[in-house]
Amino acid sequence: MIDMTVVELSRWQFAATAMYHFIFVPLTIGLSVMMAIMESVYVMTGREVWRKATLFWGTLFGVNFAMGVATGVVMEFQFGMNWSYYSHYVGDVFGAPLAIEGLMAFFLEASFIGLFFFGWDRLSKVGHLAVTWLVALGANFSALWILIANGWMQNPVGSKFNPDTMRMEVTDFVAVLFNPVAQAKFVHTVSAGYVCGAVFIFAVSCLFLVRGKHVELAKRSMVVAASFGLASALSVVVLGDESGYVATEHQKMKIAAMEASYHTEPAPAPWTIFAIPGADGGAPSFSIQVPWVGGLITTRSLNEELPGIDELVEHAQTRIRSGMVAYDALQDIRADGSNAEARAVFEEHWADLGYGLLLKRYREDVGNATDAEIAQAAADTVPGVWPLFWTFRIMMGLGFFFIGFFALWFYRASRGWLETNKPLLWFSFFLLPLPWIAIESGWFIAEFGRQPWVVEGVLPTFYAASGLHFWDLVISLSFFVTLYSILLVIMIMLMVKIIKAGPQDKLFAEDEGDDADFVVAALPATPANKELGS
Amino acid sequence: MSTIPLDYETLRLIWWLLLGILLTGFAIMGGRDLGVGALLPFAARTDAERRVLLNVVGPTWEGNQVWLILGGGAIFAAFPPLYAVSFSGFYLAMIVILLALILRPVGFKFRSKIKDDRWRATWDWVLFVGGFVPALIFGVAVGNVLLGAPFHLDDTMRAFYTGNFFMLLTPFALLCGLVSLGMIVTQGAAVIAGRTTGPLAERARTYGSLAGIVTILLFALAGVWIAFGIDGYAITSAVDGNAAINPLGKSVTLTRGGWLANYELYPWMIAGPVLGFAGLAGAVIGLQARLRLVTLLASSVAIAGIVATAGLSLFPFLLPSSTVPEASLTLWDASSSHLTLFIMLLVTVFFLPIILLYTAFVFRVMRGTVSTQSLEKNPNAY
Repeated sequence: MIDMTVVELSRWQFAATAMYHFIFVPLTIGLSVMMAIMESVYVMTGREVWRKATLFWGTLFGVNFAMGVATGVVMEFQFGMNWSYYSHYVGDVFGAPLAIEGLMAFFLEASFIGLFFFGWDRLSKVGHLAVTWLVALGANFSALWILIANGWMQNPVGSKFNPDTMRMEVTDFVAVLFNPVAQAKFVHTVSAGYVCGAVFIFAVSCLFLVRGKHVELAKRSMVVAASFGLASALSVVVLGDESGYVATEHQKMKIAAMEASYHTEPAPAPWTIFAIPGADGGAPSFSIQVPWVGGLITTRSLNEELPGIDELVEHAQTRIRSGMVAYDALQDIRADGSNAEARAVFEEHWADLGYGLLLKRYREDVGNATDAEIAQAAADTVPGVWPLFWTFRIMMGLGFFFIGFFALWFYRASRGWLETNKPLLWFSFFLLPLPWIAIESGWFIAEFGRQPWVVEGVLPTFYAASGLHFWDLVISLSFFVTLYSILLVIMIMLMVKIIKAGPQDKLFAEDEGDDADFVVAALPATPANKELGS
Repeated sequence: MSTIPLDYETLRLIWWLLLGILLTGFAIMGGRDLGVGALLPFAARTDAERRVLLNVVGPTWEGNQVWLILGGGAIFAAFPPLYAVSFSGFYLAMIVILLALILRPVGFKFRSKIKDDRWRATWDWVLFVGGFVPALIFGVAVGNVLLGAPFHLDDTMRAFYTGNFFMLLTPFALLCGLVSLGMIVTQGAAVIAGRTTGPLAERARTYGSLAGIVTILLFALAGVWIAFGIDGYAITSAVDGNAAINPLGKSVTLTRGGWLANYELYPWMIAGPVLGFAGLAGAVIGLQARLRLVTLLASSVAIAGIVATAGLSLFPFLLPSSTVPEASLTLWDASSSHLTLFIMLLVTVFFLPIILLYTAFVFRVMRGTVSTQSLEKNPNAY
């Protein structure tokens, strides 16, 4: 039997390390593009302030990027370390986009990041600009491939279970690439990254203006951040709606849980703004609803029904029974590969094999499950409704808030009212944490909402874990929590220090004395030994 | 599948080679930075000298590390059972490697941002550990692969690992760890000698020559140990390179010195160890004769030769099982599907040359020596 404590701890560890990694990723995505925009303006106009701005935001970007790299390696290794059965079971499909991410995206980003920092005086203006854009391109491509991998976990297209190898195998790679869920999630995620970068630049610039420091740089940064942020915020919400729509096709349960809709609503379904869970933590006892909106968001029609949780659980029972048939046929094929009859049965029922595996939590011989166990396994297909209901509302509320926020500032920027209202500047500065709250909520909905599956309908999470021991997990989890906490504190401390020191423009200036304490003592010299290609 | 122009067996062989190329790529490129890290407290004595070393590798280390990421990704995509068994089996050893891999990027970035002796000394220590520990552990891992790992698979291909962390630290595995450390330190010294001047370069020559000579001896000792001290694995049942994966459908025997069997079967494989020895000797000579480029090339050849020696000796095994030898993973029975291997080959053939091109470009732009005299002001220098 599977050790559920190890499964739970493995889930906590993956969730913690993934959410931590995703503190840095959106900022990398957003800042890289905005740096490239600012440097483009510098190259086009030749005005020094833009180069100064690129360098300053680039310094903050560098600290953040180091943390992203450090925590990203962990993500790649953890599939094998903690989810080894997952790695075997779906590696044929899931490994490919991860490897392509390295080949196409991360290599590009990581190779040129050094030139971004050290190439200012070794490359032409346009040459350096190209490097900056390549870094930004790498960051965005990286997100594309990771979301193709993640999209497949949400909507496993283009693949089939092979009973001879006991795993999912690719049948149609193009379908995996153009998975509609992956495409929608990609645009939604990078747009969210752009909003994150824009809010970051905007908030820090507000602080500069309040203090009356670096005014020129701050105002120009704000103009870029407000316009880029407004476009991105619109894109997040519009394409977030696209994510919601495609989820209804493939993940009806996730939507039903996000909406706390226990019973199928007659079309068009209302949308619940606020609700109070019933006494048993189940169906809401009180709610405020807007008619029609739910149906429009999720089905884009006024006559399609949105199935409720109870109906979906009933449907899951049917699939579990079919999965039991698939499981038994699989056993027969494993015992005798030439059993054509079993293969025919399996062919008919294989798509429900994952539902059969849900029973593994209760018994080894899945085929003999009792009605009570089947009902229990079907009930397991419901993710935690209320956490999803609330995080979805937080994320969505923030999404709309960012549109209003950037629209306001876009308007003020066009009227030249950037520094006139100090309380508003302070207020805007304190909004700094909001994009992270929205983004982490979004990932929570995507991943927690997919439970109990690690791959929707294909592989239950508890069945995918490695056969580790309790103490392995205790050691690794405490290791990550301790190390990550220390590093986060140091990183924030360094960022505050860099922001306090303000833009440094000594790279090109004549010697002004060694006053700032993170100015460099030793640096790459002029190429003295030109014959050296090392 | 009939529409795939390369047969399954050929693709499996190609992917085994590609995996070797990627891991060699990491050992050579990442070895530069790990080696410099491991030499940091010894070759560089003052803060200024340490900053010189960090700025020698600083602009390029991030790209170099992607070879490791890519190696991990390639194992996942091309040999999923190997990825599943090894990463979970060596769990705590992986955590130790992760500790180093997490601390290294932040060490580079954070160290010189604050002007405080204790702060910098702490990060110097971190960067040393971040170079020294992975260099050692990657070798220990290879040693354990040669010894076989205590794992088995059930009928559903679920892996069960019955060892623990301390069982990995056997004398033979530690010897392999030292060979790995030695070759990487030699590489680091070659980089320092090539990109710095004065006392820094002198110390690098001393340490590098020492490391090179010691590594020659250790590499030879490992060869003797493999011949007389440990068992090699061999498949005794017929191998069908085109069959669907099934690591449980074969029989395997162990014989003393069995890892040398391939060199009798395919005499050209001797090129692996020969390049290893010749490269190390070349690096020592190059260091002494102050031939910068020769040293670096020779030390890179040494790394390629040593990594190849391990891979060729193991062929066709990827990860033998010491407890249930029949469950050993080989390149024939632990690969991805025919289609996945083919698609990944297309992607790799397209992108790998591009990667090599821009890597060469980046190194070209950043060429030249770094010295304490060459002061400049860049808020992002390490």
